[in-house]
Amino acid sequence: MKILKTLVFLGMLLATGMAGATALSSYTFDSKEEEQAFRDFTAELRCLVCQNQSLAESDADLADDLRREVYTMWRQGRPQEEIIDFLVSRYGDFVLYDPPLKPSTYILWFGPFLLFVAGVVVLMRTLKRKNEDREVELTEEDKQRLSELLQDANENQDSKI
Amino acid sequence: MSSRTRYLIPLFVFLIMAGFLLKGLFMDPKFIPSVLIDKPAPEFDLPLLDKPDQTLAKADLKGKVWMLNVWASWCVACRAEHQVLNKLARMNVVDIYGLNYKDKRGDALNWLRNLGNPYVATIVDSSGRTGIDFGVYGVPESFIIDAEGVIRYKHTGPVNYEDIQAKILPVLNELKGATK
Repeated sequence: MKILKTLVFLGMLLATGMAGATALSSYTFDSKEEEQAFRDFTAELRCLVCQNQSLAESDADLADDLRREVYTMWRQGRPQEEIIDFLVSRYGDFVLYDPPLKPSTYILWFGPFLLFVAGVVVLMRTLKRKNEDREVELTEEDKQRLSELLQDANENQDSKI
Repeated sequence: MSSRTRYLIPLFVFLIMAGFLLKGLFMDPKFIPSVLIDKPAPEFDLPLLDKPDQTLAKADLKGKVWMLNVWASWCVACRAEHQVLNKLARMNVVDIYGLNYKDKRGDALNWLRNLGNPYVATIVDSSGRTGIDFGVYGVPESFIIDAEGVIRYKHTGPVNYEDIQAKILPVLNELKGATK
């Protein structure tokens, strides 16, 4: 069963790898490094049709067209910022998996930290309260009962041995 | 803060989150706000569908408010939209120009012959390059462009009768008021 699962997983892994390969296979590069750099660059750009896929992997028609545009500019040696500007001026920040820091994205960038700080504050307060709770003075009655219980427990253990 | 109200905090947090999630259910994840609103429409100079030896450029339309409708015969939603466009054309409130996007010429001509032609003219973008300039990511899409050649409204997806009343006519009225 485990072997079967592993095989299925490997098959899926292989399939995803091939999907990536076919999307870019029609383009030629000077070197393996350049191809990898292009792949990394387009992996940071979002396909607008299938929104959970990057331009590097999507088979959508529009992704194909955009990939060709990006490839052409890339081969002309244009800087990456210019290519990103080209896409953002047409499709907005939505095409970027790495959104820029600006007022409309503050909550996106700082929200998690705010939540983290809030969580730490709540945690500290809870721990502090727990600590205070622990320092409860036992009354004479409580102490009596405690020693009785402990003795009972000890006797039980002794009888088990 | 009394200990009783303290226990209500998680309830309030939950209600706020539930409120946002509920709103999310009714939002269209395919809707991406256009960055092109209030920006000059991209330049184009493309051949006409019925007369491929003639072209129509953005400059030819300067001075009037017009609507650009991006469509294709392979686009299912365009079929639903087409009757609405026919009606809008009959209302004589705006000249509609078609942008035939990545289509086959014969299919596109057949489409207009069978379903009616709401367009003053249709230009052909067979490569999809002009579509990219307009930020098109799913046909049909419609743009309203003012006399200065600036995009004033964008509609993603098929336009329906409600959209005409609620969105398109108000934009057109506003633009007409501005030119008077």
